[in-house]
Amino acid sequence: MAAGQSASLDRKKLLADPVMVTVIVLLIAFLAVFILYPLAILLVDSIYSGDTGLTLQFFQESFKKRTFQVAITNTLKVGSLVGLLSTAIGLLFAYVEIYVKVRTKLMSGLFKVVSMLPVVSPPFVLSLSMIMLFGKAGIITRHLLGIYDNNIYGFWGITIVQTMTFFPVCYMMFRGLLKNIDPSMEEAARDMGASRFGVFRSVTLPLLLPGLGNAFLVTFIESIADFANPMLIGGSYDTLATTIYLQITGAYDKNGACAMAVVLLAITMIMFGVQKYYLERKTAATLTGKASRARMLIEDKSVTVPLTVLCSMVALFVILMYACVPFGALFRTWGRDFTLTTRWFEQVFTRYRGLKAFQDSFVLSLIAAPITALLSMIISYLVVKKKFRGKGFIELVSMLAMAVPGTVLGIGYIRGFAGGMFRSGFLQGIYGTGVILVIVFVVRSLPTGTRSGISALRQIDKSIEESAYDMGAGSLKVFTSVTLPLIKDSFLSGLVTAFVRSITAISAIILLVTPSYLLITVQINEFAEKGSYGIACAFATILIAITYGSVLLMNLIIKFFGTSRKIKEAD
Amino acid sequence: MSEYTGKEPKGVVLDHISKIYQDPKTKKDFYAVHDVSLDIRPGSFVTLLGPSGCGKTTTLRMIAGFESPDEGEIYLGGEAINALTPNKRDTAMVFQSYALFPHYNVFDNVAYGLKLRKVPKAEIRERVERILALVELSGMEQRMTNQLSGGQQQRVALARALVVEPGVLLFDEPLSNLDAKLRVQMRTEIRRIQQTLGITAIYVTHDQSEAMAISDQIILMKSGVIAQTGSPLEIYYRPNSEFVADFIGECNFLHGTVAGQEGGSTLVKLPDGTVPVSAPQPRNTGDACEIVLRPEAVKIADEGDLPCKVELSCFMGSYQNYHVRVGGELVKITDNCPINKKIFNVGDEARISFDPECAHLL
Repeated sequence: MAAGQSASLDRKKLLADPVMVTVIVLLIAFLAVFILYPLAILLVDSIYSGDTGLTLQFFQESFKKRTFQVAITNTLKVGSLVGLLSTAIGLLFAYVEIYVKVRTKLMSGLFKVVSMLPVVSPPFVLSLSMIMLFGKAGIITRHLLGIYDNNIYGFWGITIVQTMTFFPVCYMMFRGLLKNIDPSMEEAARDMGASRFGVFRSVTLPLLLPGLGNAFLVTFIESIADFANPMLIGGSYDTLATTIYLQITGAYDKNGACAMAVVLLAITMIMFGVQKYYLERKTAATLTGKASRARMLIEDKSVTVPLTVLCSMVALFVILMYACVPFGALFRTWGRDFTLTTRWFEQVFTRYRGLKAFQDSFVLSLIAAPITALLSMIISYLVVKKKFRGKGFIELVSMLAMAVPGTVLGIGYIRGFAGGMFRSGFLQGIYGTGVILVIVFVVRSLPTGTRSGISALRQIDKSIEESAYDMGAGSLKVFTSVTLPLIKDSFLSGLVTAFVRSITAISAIILLVTPSYLLITVQINEFAEKGSYGIACAFATILIAITYGSVLLMNLIIKFFGTSRKIKEAD
Repeated sequence: MSEYTGKEPKGVVLDHISKIYQDPKTKKDFYAVHDVSLDIRPGSFVTLLGPSGCGKTTTLRMIAGFESPDEGEIYLGGEAINALTPNKRDTAMVFQSYALFPHYNVFDNVAYGLKLRKVPKAEIRERVERILALVELSGMEQRMTNQLSGGQQQRVALARALVVEPGVLLFDEPLSNLDAKLRVQMRTEIRRIQQTLGITAIYVTHDQSEAMAISDQIILMKSGVIAQTGSPLEIYYRPNSEFVADFIGECNFLHGTVAGQEGGSTLVKLPDGTVPVSAPQPRNTGDACEIVLRPEAVKIADEGDLPCKVELSCFMGSYQNYHVRVGGELVKITDNCPINKKIFNVGDEARISFDPECAHLL
């Protein structure tokens, strides 16, 4: 027995809805052209060139290169350690928040700041402050400890900075997971005679195990895809991302860079596959329950004091590192002359065309943000609520983008669009313009937006939309009158997240930006490389102010105009 | 024509409808609904009743247009509607979860369908108010939906579906989220409103007493096929199978053989005696048969047709509940108003009897 006419009837119903069809077709085209195509071109370029035909030569050459071999080992070493450390620190924070009674307001404040900072700051700001605190002229190393030749560049520099940047992501993940553990399970274990540590070891930890693996892989992928931190603080310690960048910008070896990019992409893809299709499912399977009631918090001093102290130290360290940035912009010469001055801020605008940089970054991100937010909501809507052929493709490709390192995407865009699509000249017009930058911003933020959109939409009872449909609304009307208002909060936060991610993005952008556009992140990177920390800090301070301001603005808007308020108000 | 809406209710015809689903585990196709044909008269109240997974909700959702049938054609008011999307069908559905729009107040929820139909503002106001009066929610227009009780939310959902004056009103287990008392109250209400408006209604439920109380016609489904169609009375007293008899209320089955005819009744030979049962069609002598007997139709006394032994005797307030053994088979008895009757205790010997008209032969 095969399904009969229902498929053709479903198709007919779909076709009766031209808006839906158009949206789906456009969406598939967008994803195919701007995500799949550049990656496919990379693959082609890595095994084919006009001179040699089909060949494995580029891979062989790359693997023979000592620098490439070292880069692979370096990348995997850093990635693994960062993954482990971030998971451990993230778990510590989440455990303390959910399980331990923390009395002081200060502590909860610290937690909030720590979870917030990495969201609003450019990804490589910590490298900057790391250098200023612990580098050769670092305040701590040189002035407090009197060490004159501390070498922060390299393995440990990258590892510390990336750990501090990525552990909050793990912290947020574990917080969600721990909240879903039913306290009665742990009470049962305690009741049967397990010690507190025994409960953690025999109940909490095993339940979290897939989640731990998940967090490790997510950070691992983030770490090996990270470009800016290794660039700034890596020194001669090259990772895959920086090696690929140098291969194309320094050595102009396009096929070699493509082959290397394919290797990096393969690693992240495999990790992503394991994470997405194995661990995430397992996590969902073991932790589906909702906590039946409030958890008895641990009050035992022998537990609370050491854990609280440990967390506070990490939190303070993070805050210190971020605080370094505005101060770096206010001192005359970092490490030597600590007179307060506004000259760096002034120079940003007078000498270094800061206004244009902020304008360009601001405008491009402002264009990208609503497109991203709307697109990710549409994708989520189609994925969660609709049935049609091609849905699997849309879901897969938009999630896939999460595992594509920015550098890889950047090279894909260069190879894919510099001479137009398939070197035919088609779409060549966008290369080197703001359009391609906006598209990169959109593609880079799409997975995060889509993921949060999907989880927001899953909360909404399917029949609410069905009833609107049933009352006579077409799918566009259902989306605008019911779906969108109900996920307004998620839409708004998606909007701001996309804006923040865009304005702080660098890895793919640095490969595609042309002199006609000045972007803040690229400026910061340049000045930091040159050692002009005052200017770099001044740029970064203003950037953080912008991003933090927009997050605050969003919270205000959600508070006063969000759906949840209207609905909550009634309670 | 309905006096209230001035609109003709529509009939629904299902012509050999099937729906095939794939089992997510075994990847095998199976019929969720198999070859269902129905003719629902305009203005009637029809209930699709059955255990979970019997295909009743799928059938309803095919009528609404959310699912497409794999075989067969659905007609609404004589028009084939298979290829129409839900928003183009003249149906309105009341959902199990009510599916109210949480970002709208009561008025906007009810007015939603009318706004889509571009009804003039003044008319919207008038019609919404009229329908809110009908469901007894006047004065609640400005409330948000989560400020309402479950029963009130239910009424809003009903009003929202009614106000667009659909050709057919669809209900998907609308009362299952309410507590028992409210459920009884609301089903009376729904029936009253349906009768007032003269609208066609198709109602899905797994609750047999709800189906009995509310319907003109019950369609009992099992594993995707129709087990029996009939009025509540027919389904209850003339079930066509053990499944139907057992699903609708409690039931006893006595297995025997046909011993002959006597007047309008069929004589059935049981291990401990022979009893008459009224049967519309005469049966062949010697055939195996089954007597379907409702617990309240059985009388227990010192005198009667069949001997029995009491295995359980339990006072339930309005009745005495017995389990007795009759020729090896268990018979449940509800004996109403037990206060001035003889109470039998566990282990007692007694006799049972029943009116031939109150029993049914399978």
